[in-house]
Amino acid sequence: MARNGILIDYEFCTGCKTCEMACKVEHSFPRGKNGIVLAEVGPWKLDSGKWQNSIVAIPTDLCDLCEDRVKAGKEPTCVHHCQAAVMKFGPVEELAREMAAKPKTVLFAPR
Amino acid sequence: MATKTERPWTWTEGDLTATRTCRWSAPGCHDGCGVVYYTKNGKLVKVEGDKDSPVYQGRLCPRCLSLPEIVNYDKRVIYPMKRVGPRGSGEFERISWDDAYDLIVKKTREIQKDYGPESIVTMIGTGRNIWGIVPYLTHAGFESPNFAMGMLAGDSCYLPRAAIMGAIQGDFTIVDCAQQFEARFKDPRWKKPECIIFWGNNALVSNPDGFMGHWIVDCMKMGTKLIVVDPQATWVATRAEYHIQLRPGTDAAVGLAMLNVIINEELYDKEFVDNWCSGFEELKEHVQKYPPERAAAISWVPAQTIIDAARFYAKSKPAAIQWGLAVDTQIAGIDVAWIICILRAITGNLDVPGGDIMIRGAYDAPIANAASVWGFHELPREMQEKRLGVDKYPLYKMGFAATSNGDCCLEAMESGRPYPIKMLWLETTNPLVNTAAESKRVLAGMQKVPFIVNVDPILTPTSIAVADLLLPACNSPERDSIRGWWVPLRSISKVCEPPGEAKTDEEIVLELGKRLNPKKFPWKDVKDMLSWCIRKSGLTFEQLEQQVYKFPDFEYKKYEKGLLREDQQPGFNTESGRFECLATVFQEWDVGLDVLPEHREPIESPMSTPDLYREYPLVYTAGGRQIMYFHSENRQQALNREFAPWPVVKINTNDAEKLGIHDGDWVWIENFRGRIREKAKVTPAILEGVVHADHGWWFPEKTAPLTKDTENRLHSGPDGPSGLFGGFEANANVLTSMCTTGPSGYGAPIKNTICKVYKAEYGLDDERNVAEMLRLDLNVKMAEVV
Repeated sequence: MARNGILIDYEFCTGCKTCEMACKVEHSFPRGKNGIVLAEVGPWKLDSGKWQNSIVAIPTDLCDLCEDRVKAGKEPTCVHHCQAAVMKFGPVEELAREMAAKPKTVLFAPR
Repeated sequence: MATKTERPWTWTEGDLTATRTCRWSAPGCHDGCGVVYYTKNGKLVKVEGDKDSPVYQGRLCPRCLSLPEIVNYDKRVIYPMKRVGPRGSGEFERISWDDAYDLIVKKTREIQKDYGPESIVTMIGTGRNIWGIVPYLTHAGFESPNFAMGMLAGDSCYLPRAAIMGAIQGDFTIVDCAQQFEARFKDPRWKKPECIIFWGNNALVSNPDGFMGHWIVDCMKMGTKLIVVDPQATWVATRAEYHIQLRPGTDAAVGLAMLNVIINEELYDKEFVDNWCSGFEELKEHVQKYPPERAAAISWVPAQTIIDAARFYAKSKPAAIQWGLAVDTQIAGIDVAWIICILRAITGNLDVPGGDIMIRGAYDAPIANAASVWGFHELPREMQEKRLGVDKYPLYKMGFAATSNGDCCLEAMESGRPYPIKMLWLETTNPLVNTAAESKRVLAGMQKVPFIVNVDPILTPTSIAVADLLLPACNSPERDSIRGWWVPLRSISKVCEPPGEAKTDEEIVLELGKRLNPKKFPWKDVKDMLSWCIRKSGLTFEQLEQQVYKFPDFEYKKYEKGLLREDQQPGFNTESGRFECLATVFQEWDVGLDVLPEHREPIESPMSTPDLYREYPLVYTAGGRQIMYFHSENRQQALNREFAPWPVVKINTNDAEKLGIHDGDWVWIENFRGRIREKAKVTPAILEGVVHADHGWWFPEKTAPLTKDTENRLHSGPDGPSGLFGGFEANANVLTSMCTTGPSGYGAPIKNTICKVYKAEYGLDDERNVAEMLRLDLNVKMAEVV
């Protein structure tokens, strides 16, 4: 069976926390726990004068890729609601091919 | 043009009912996002983004996602409540709606007779879905000219921009992100902006004025480049071609220097300037006073950055400027807005694809639109002229005002001049912790108004401190309404019943209006009123609900086609028909206003008050936001507080080191008007020498009632917390000032004063905070029971 995953283009993730809230309310995870958590790196300045300022959403061990939603023909809730539209759900082989074309992407295969 | 969708408006999913609609207030924000509400047995259980929304494609921010928690909150106000203890006691008793309306009508008639209807002032919060109905209630119901934004100094929320747009160009503009086209970016008429300037807003978080901040990200992915004007290195600033990281309150100097470069290097659109502008020669002479070097000295921005950014913007075709509150919240508010309008115009970006499009509300619906003046012009002339602010401020006198001036409202409360305020109607506004600057002074001023009605879904610090009558308001999923700000026209469908006897804003306005002035409120019910408001769309409210969206026709370059003016001639909707770089209307009225924009140094600043600055050596800018909150909303939500539990003040790494402050420390932020505590975020992202404080904070989990000393003054007792839900403990506006606006009456220095910062022994999350003796020293005499 093909493994599914989530491809994230973190060049454009704005850290809006929609994925965190969507996951939380979808699965009613308790306080302090969630199926996806943002990690922020920066902001700090590089020698070039540009900023290092990346935010990457990391699925945790609680993430089941919204199995019930997917069975009902929907996308995982984080992917559905992402305001920057930087998340994609699908088979990891397909998503991996997209990674080759775009820098600053990350592919998570939680299960 | 009807929106086609395969999906029906409402359907079932398992044991849930799903309904496509839009969300607006309460709770609010300036957008009206497309949602699918899921209800079970009549209760709202889930909110998802509507993938069939052409405007949002199913995207939502955290606040819509956690909306069920707001709607199902067990401490909502659900009955009309009359105050029975003193103000500040939090002692209310339930009364019926009939009794509540009777009391309001009785007070209204008394005041109209003894003082005149002008002594009744209504106020609303920002981004509320009541922008048309509350003005109408004010002017047609109470027959008063005084509708205001809740105690807002300098009316510093969009209105300075609205006023100058009216004076020099005749219409509003917004950034073209294809929100006017159902096919959006795929519409063949649309072009992507090559450059967008983010000026004085953090739109990804604030989503101001009908603009979804993340449309900028859509454009960035297509290759749009950014210029950001902000003292903070926000996310967009860290990805911008140019970051103009300026001292708060110096935007006019920067903008005039940009015009200096663009005009002197002849980078402007000569054809547009020759054919459609006036006052250009005077402008050209004027900006010679603002070479980049002068702007650099004022703004702390390197001159070369200003020069390079100006060239880049002018050479990018098309380009657009996305603006926000920081433009308004300075005494040069009108000037900054004016300069930005000129930049757009002379670079040839007005009403072109990918530029700054001229826009009006959908189908002229008088409600659900910003700056609605519904009912005002039907008041007798003498009553219109009594509007607070008209006698003092030229722009108000000239009619470029959609509201009564907030500072003039306060002065009338304090002094009884030009006339006393005898009744205040506060509808979903929380002035004491949000809109009001100089919060402690406003608390004292409002105490002098003998009868105050507060319409809100929940108790706020304002409710406890000043309200005599509480009316329970509905949240958006409990409300039939519409949105016509800007386009498309959208329906807002009620999907669940409110708890208790809460009513929607439309219901309250219609029911009260019928009791006050039935001729002016002829509609039989809310849906009838909504259908009347949208009649130019060709749809009834029920028909609109089926499709949710309706897009009016849209044309670019309306000024060429005679689509802007009443006489239907080509040109702008100004007297001259031209875009006016020099405001001839100020000249004609001869009211002592500059006819060209200027830099105005903030009144409390390193340059204006160098002595004070020695003691308060940091520039204080407030109004910081976190995505979990819209102004003072959402603090009662466990979900949102989990992600963002406390107010944050950003302090530069170097400044923090000098002060011995570490990331996460609680700090006092203090100036000559008071002090507050917030949690320090130590970061290189905020400009050195500037601190950036969150605003709108209060703590529903803290105690409501105030304790008073023997002289009836407010303070905290030996074992009492500060009360008012901690509304003065982290309230950024404790430090800011009322009645200190720009010469036009517009623009208050809410985002630019000075302060000092030092470590606090402990913070608001500490147990000791609950029992300590906080020296609030509010020194306010509480009103007795009315």
